Amino acid sequence: MAEGSAFVGLIENAFPDNVLTTTVDALIGWGRKNSLWPMQFGLACCAIEMMAVVDSRHDMARFGAEVFRGSPRQCDMMLVAGTVTEKMAPIIKRLYDQMADPKWVIAMGSCATCGGPYRSYAVTQGVDRIIPVDVYVPGCPPRPEALLYGLMELQKKIQKMRVIRRAPEELAVG
Amino acid sequence: MADEPKDAPAAPPAAPAAPKPAAPPKVPLPAPVDAMGEPLVVALAAAVPGAVLGAKKMVGQTTVEIAPGKLVEACRHLKDVETYTFLVDQTAVDWKERAPRFDVVYWLHSFDRGSARVRLKVGVADGEACPTVAGVWETANWMEREVFDLFGISFEGHPDLRRILTWDGFQGHPLRKDFPVEGIDTGAAIYPDRYPEGGGPAPDDKNRKTVS
Amino acid sequence: MSELVGTAGAVPESEETMLGLREMELNFGPQHPSTHGVLRIVLKVDGERIVSARPDVGYLHRGTEKLFETETYPMVIPHTDRLDYVAAATNNHAYVLAVEKLLGVEVPKRAQYIRVVLDEMQRISSHLLWLATAAIDLGAITPFFYTFREREVILDLFEDYCGARLTLNCMRVGGLQEELTPGWIEKLRAFTEDLGAKIDEYEDLLTENRIWKMRTIGVGILNTERCIEWGVTGPPLRAAGFAWDVRRALPYECYPELDFEIPTGKNADTYDRYLVRVAELRQSRRILLQCCDWLAANPTGDIRGKVPRVIKPPVGDVYASVESPKGELGFYLVSNGGNKPYRLRVRPPSFINLQALPEMARGHMVSDLVAIIGTIDIVLGEVDR
Repeated sequence: MAEGSAFVGLIENAFPDNVLTTTVDALIGWGRKNSLWPMQFGLACCAIEMMAVVDSRHDMARFGAEVFRGSPRQCDMMLVAGTVTEKMAPIIKRLYDQMADPKWVIAMGSCATCGGPYRSYAVTQGVDRIIPVDVYVPGCPPRPEALLYGLMELQKKIQKMRVIRRAPEELAVG
Repeated sequence: MADEPKDAPAAPPAAPAAPKPAAPPKVPLPAPVDAMGEPLVVALAAAVPGAVLGAKKMVGQTTVEIAPGKLVEACRHLKDVETYTFLVDQTAVDWKERAPRFDVVYWLHSFDRGSARVRLKVGVADGEACPTVAGVWETANWMEREVFDLFGISFEGHPDLRRILTWDGFQGHPLRKDFPVEGIDTGAAIYPDRYPEGGGPAPDDKNRKTVS
Repeated sequence: MSELVGTAGAVPESEETMLGLREMELNFGPQHPSTHGVLRIVLKVDGERIVSARPDVGYLHRGTEKLFETETYPMVIPHTDRLDYVAAATNNHAYVLAVEKLLGVEVPKRAQYIRVVLDEMQRISSHLLWLATAAIDLGAITPFFYTFREREVILDLFEDYCGARLTLNCMRVGGLQEELTPGWIEKLRAFTEDLGAKIDEYEDLLTENRIWKMRTIGVGILNTERCIEWGVTGPPLRAAGFAWDVRRALPYECYPELDFEIPTGKNADTYDRYLVRVAELRQSRRILLQCCDWLAANPTGDIRGKVPRVIKPPVGDVYASVESPKGELGFYLVSNGGNKPYRLRVRPPSFINLQALPEMARGHMVSDLVAIIGTIDIVLGEVDR
C-alpha cells in the first residue's frame, strides 16, 4: 500500500486494540491445526504410548486432539501407531481413502516409519509405502512427549498451508 | 548349521567362560537321559502297543516319541486314563535334512498329578498328514491351524483347516527352513494383478537372509 | 461398539435361513474403537443376538518366530518385549528362564527378587491398563484417567531402572542387565503403599456400580471344565473357581518364599473376572512390599550368574513358563548347539484364550461381545506374534 493512500488511512488506527487482522489462510490454518481429530489407529505397542498421550499427564486435549473418532469419515488425521503388516495394509489404504480431505498422516514409531525391528515376510517396511505421510515420529515406542512434538510439527505444517491463495505452480494448469 | 538327529548323545560343552586363575569347577551342561523306564512311558507302552518309539528326559522334562498312526489313541489314553486333561501347546519343528522332516510337538499337563507335564513328539514327513487331536482337546483347533499355516503340515480330520496368521493368497509356509525371512511373494500376494510373481529378493541376492 | 458396514469387508447381507430367521453377517474390526488392537470378528447376528462369532486373527502377524531363528540368544530379548507389549518384562522373563534351564545356569538371589519385582510391577500395570480399556469399552471413561495416573508412576520407575517405559529389555540370560539405582526401592515402596488406597478408588467407581453389574454379570460364562478343554489359563480360569497359578504350581524364582493368595471367582462370568483381576492387584501389591523389604535388607549381591560369553546351549529342547497377567506364557526352545535358537516357540496365552470366544459369545448381544473381548484381556501382539 503506498504511503498516503486513502485505503491505508482508513485501516490504520481505525479499530480498537481488540480487533485483529489476519489472512483467511492463517485463520483457516489456525482452526484446523488446533482441532485435529485423530483416527484411532493403534495397531501395536505404540498404541499404548498413544493412549498415554491422552492420559492426564501428557494430555493431548490441550492440543485439541483428544477426540479420537472411530469412523474415518469424521477424522482429519490418521495416527498410524504400530506395525503395518501385509495383511492389514489394504485395510489401511481403504481407511485412508475413506477419510475426507484435508487429511494428514503421522507415522508413529519405527514400525510405521520403516518397518522397525521387523524385517520379515509379513511386515510392510513403512506405512509410507501405501499412504503419504506428513510427519514421522521415530522411536520404539516413542515417548509421549515425542509424539506431542510430532503433533506440533504437523501443526506448523498445517499453519503454513495455503488454502485460499493458491501457490503459483498450482494455477499453471495444462 | 548341522542338524543333530533327535536322539543324539550328549552334546560337547559350549564355549568355556573367560579363563581365570582360580576358576570354580565348571558346571557340566545338561544332557539328555533315556527315559524309557519312567512309569508313565511304561504305562503308555502297555496300554497302546506300538505307540511309544522312544523317550528322553532333558533338564527334568520328559519327551516321548509317538508313532503317528497311534497318536490319537495314545492321546485319548493320556487324557482319559492318565488324567492329562490340559493340552498346553502344540507346535512343529522343521529338521530340514532329516527324514521325517517335521516333528509335531505337544505338551500336556495333568492337574491331578500335581502339575506333571509330558511332551509328545510325532515325526511327520513332508507331504504326509498328521492325525488331528482336535477331537481330543478342543484347544488343538487353532494350534493345528497355525502349524498348517506356518509349516504346511496338514491334519487329517481337522474340522476347519485354513490359514490363520498369514493372509489369503500368501504363498508358502513361513517357518520352514527354506523360506527366506524377508518373504518371497509379498507384493503379488496382495495385488496379484499389479506385482510380478515372486516379488521379493532374488534367490541369488547375497543380502537375502535365509535361516540355515 | 461395532463397525457396521465393515470397513474391511463385505457389505452385510441378510439371508432368510431355513427356519425363517433373518441372519446378518457383520465385520467387527479390524479397525474398531476399542483399543485392543487389530482383531477382526466375523459375526453372524440375528437382530442383536449373536449366532456365531468367528475371530479372524493375523492382522498383527509380524513373523517374530521366524526372526528369532536369525538372531543370537541375546538379540532375541528385545523382540520378546514386543509380544505382550503391555507386560514386557514377563516375556523377557519366560524366555531367559528357558535358556537358563537349558544352560543349567543359576540365577543369584538378588536377581531373582528384582525379577519378581519387575514381573509384579508389570502385572499391576497390565491390569491397570486392562481396567482402563475394559471400562472404556463399556462406556466408563473415568477409570482410564485414574489408572493411567498410577501407570505413569510405574512407567517412571521402569524408566529410572532401565531407560525404557514400555519395552523394557531388562532381563538377560543369567540375571539382569542393570543394578537398581539408588533410592529406587524407596520410590517403589512409596508407590506401593499408596496403591492400596487407589485400588479402593477404582473399586468405588465400578464394583457396586449398577450399570457395571448389569453389563457384566452373567456375560460370557466359561466354567472350569470348558476352560481346561480350551486351554484357557490366567484370570478367566481362576474366575471359574479353579485356583491354578503358574507361580504356585510350577514355581520359579523366589516365589516359594513369598506369601500371597490366589484369588478365585465363583460364577466364571465377566464380573468375576473383573473381581479376580482387582484382587490380583492387591496380591501383587503384597508381593511387592515383601520384595521391597528383602531388597532393602540385602542391598548388595550379584545380579548376574556365571554365563559364558557366547551363549550356546546344548542340543535339546526345553519349555519354561511364567504367569503373565494374561495367563501361562511359555517359551519352547529347541537348540541345535549353535548360537541362535533353532526353533523358539511362544506359548501365547492370549491366542489360546481367544479361541474360547465363540463359545463365550454365543447367544449374547453384540454389545456384550465388547465386554467379553475386554474380559479375556487379549493383546494382539501375543495373539499374532
